[in-house]
Amino acid sequence: MIAEFGLAALWLAAALALLQFGSGVAALRKGDSPLAALVRPVAVVQGALALLAFAALLLVFAETDLSVKLVALNSHSAKPMMYKIAGAWGNHEGSMLLWVTVMGLAGSFVAVVERRLPEPTMIATLLGQAFVSLGFYVFLLFASNPFERLNPVPPEGQGLNPLLQDPGLAFHPPTLYLGYVGLSIAFSFAVGALLTRQVGPAFARAMRPWVLGAWIFLTLGITAGSYWAYYELGWGGWWFWDPVENASLMPWLAATALLHSCSVLAARNALRAWTVMLGVVAFSMSMVGTFLVRSGILTSVHAFAVDPKRGTFILALLAIYIGGALALFAFRAATVTEGERFAVTSRESALVFNNVMLSGILGIVLMGTLYPLVTEAFGERVSVGPPYFNPMSAVFVVPMLIVLAVGPLLRWRRDSLSRLRMPMVVAGVVGLAALGLAIVLAPGKVLPIIGLALAPAVAVASLLPLRGRKLAQVKLPLWGMVIAHFGIAVALLGMAAEGAFTTERLVALRVGETTPVGPWQIRLARIEPVAGPNWTALEATLEASYAGGKPILTHPQARMFWAPVQNTAESALLTRWNGQLYTVLGDKADGDANGGRWQLRLWWKPLVTLIWLGGALIALGGLLALVGRVASDLRRLVASDKIAFRRVRQGR
Amino acid sequence: MSAPETRSRPWALWVPLVVFGAFVALFVWGLARTKDDTVRSRLVGQALPAFDLPAAIAERPGLKTADLKDGKPRLLNVFASWCIPCAAEAPQLQKLAAAGVSIDGVAIRDRREDLGVFLARYGNPYARIAADDLGKLQIAIGSSGVPETYVIDGRGVIRYQHIGDITPDDVALILGKLKEAAQ
Repeated sequence: MIAEFGLAALWLAAALALLQFGSGVAALRKGDSPLAALVRPVAVVQGALALLAFAALLLVFAETDLSVKLVALNSHSAKPMMYKIAGAWGNHEGSMLLWVTVMGLAGSFVAVVERRLPEPTMIATLLGQAFVSLGFYVFLLFASNPFERLNPVPPEGQGLNPLLQDPGLAFHPPTLYLGYVGLSIAFSFAVGALLTRQVGPAFARAMRPWVLGAWIFLTLGITAGSYWAYYELGWGGWWFWDPVENASLMPWLAATALLHSCSVLAARNALRAWTVMLGVVAFSMSMVGTFLVRSGILTSVHAFAVDPKRGTFILALLAIYIGGALALFAFRAATVTEGERFAVTSRESALVFNNVMLSGILGIVLMGTLYPLVTEAFGERVSVGPPYFNPMSAVFVVPMLIVLAVGPLLRWRRDSLSRLRMPMVVAGVVGLAALGLAIVLAPGKVLPIIGLALAPAVAVASLLPLRGRKLAQVKLPLWGMVIAHFGIAVALLGMAAEGAFTTERLVALRVGETTPVGPWQIRLARIEPVAGPNWTALEATLEASYAGGKPILTHPQARMFWAPVQNTAESALLTRWNGQLYTVLGDKADGDANGGRWQLRLWWKPLVTLIWLGGALIALGGLLALVGRVASDLRRLVASDKIAFRRVRQGR
Repeated sequence: MSAPETRSRPWALWVPLVVFGAFVALFVWGLARTKDDTVRSRLVGQALPAFDLPAAIAERPGLKTADLKDGKPRLLNVFASWCIPCAAEAPQLQKLAAAGVSIDGVAIRDRREDLGVFLARYGNPYARIAADDLGKLQIAIGSSGVPETYVIDGRGVIRYQHIGDITPDDVALILGKLKEAAQ
């Protein structure tokens, strides 16, 4: 019953999206069409209906209604409740429903709140949003119905991929989705602005909170995803340049560029066409990402919902939306009037440079990700990995970070570098000192040395915009920028330190034996079987003592899930302020008799946690900026309402 | 996408669309192609490279190129005692040997004692067993792992490469390939 209810809500939502699109088109063609008044309310109801459909899906998963095919395929009655709920979006159909739900809700929110833009631009924006949603509704209803029934009802479900049964899963994909969807709203704004040729500061200010929000979620999603892969896959790495990881990184790069060009447009009314272009590119990167993940077109370590048929559908949507938007851009961008001019040494220039570098990295990542496909088209089978991505992206990252250190100190329009001599000397000295230290500590490791040298310099420089200000009066967006830039430096330090100083040991130990790794002594105390709700495992107890200190117990496991059957290595981590000890229990090395040796992989990774701490700081910076912007928007809204109210009262 | 303002060149505004079109074309091709994830040796259809490897155990002779050019098709099985799928395919190799197929083995990075235990436990279907301690022959014939099984025709030409263990379902396939190689 609940499933049918959900399906009905989904159909109704799709119908309303069609109505929203149609009335939007009518209103745009004929300025005073009565249908114009329909667009906003319809957008609100559409979002509410999508939310109802998603709630219905959550409910069937929560009660493990095995007559619903999706539940039978992806859930199991023995699973803990959290993973039953998370199972609702841990599969293709459910995640697409989550996508349209969030998109619908975002559309409702825009429809209710946004009053700054001229009404035709607003209608064009909501029209664009409905058009995008419509494609996903069609996809859901005709090619991936999440509420399909199963007859006969199976006695038990097939379970969820054990790799996905982890608290990280409950939050990682939805977080990324919120980011992707936020970019779809930015895309709708860009299309709306192109349709009505209203590209200006008001457009940038209306779009910016959405870009910021999307960017925050993408940052959090990538950070969480990186940590999830780090501890769940048991390979000890935090970034693999895997197609699926790149698929989430590319929208982030584009969103970062968009965020910065948005502030140029909002503050200085420059970079008009470029900002619109980035709005299209950012969303197209989320679509490309979804396509790469879902189509299985590239071989990836974590392709969990692969199906070429779905790939075809997503590709068709991609071609229609992005192709359409780019064609619109080609026709209209020439008529978008040119923005303000600025000097070479100015904050605008620094931001343009940042944009070009970010686009460069985006290009590098995109080419590297698609390279296997390109070469295969020419009959070769070649793949590229870290030896390509790391140095190639460093070519763009290093200049970008140098400009990141200087840019925020520059004034808008025109400035001179001589004014900045002091701060540049300070940051330069810090950087050179760090460089010397890094060369001594990690000889021969080029990229980590560059990172170790740049990170402190960027950290110092990122705090300089606060110099000479009363901290209590510093506005939230400025705090946001400072903290986000500082977070970049922190993450960079973590990455560089991990690359420079990690020690790895692959050993076979008998119970009772001890091995060193970095400053640690690890003793294999015992190996015991343990059982969880839907798995059994062999659990090692390791006594780890840091630099001769008191031993701390840690418990890596080799887990065997029985629904579905799969073995996973559950790593165990010991976190100290200065790094992490990473332990993985492998197979039995030899012999069936007692006293055999067990394989252990051990890593000591100094400062590795800074990578994710930095990511969290970047997201926090975004959050502060978002709160600051929204608060000042609200103040302005309240003030203008008051003025209007007084005018009415005074009869003017 | 690296030129921020493109006012003076209207045609440049079409560049993004063209680039995007190229990507879509690539994706369409990628979806349309038949996907094949296995890494095949380029040597299928070519003669075996020249080699001469010592015996891995005392009971069987070693293996050199000339041994494989006696006019009879045979199997060349790349295996190791430390490899678990190799144990899983042992009954199938026994079955093939019992059906009169001659099988030569190449033991990769193995120890004589371990190999003895392995063969004693899972049986020894091999006519010859070569010791490839450095994986040289394995690399030369384009094998990317153990176990792999090659069908070699009477002139020493590789006719077929089977990647992974031979499951009971694969036996008929292998016999078919041997028959093809005999023609």
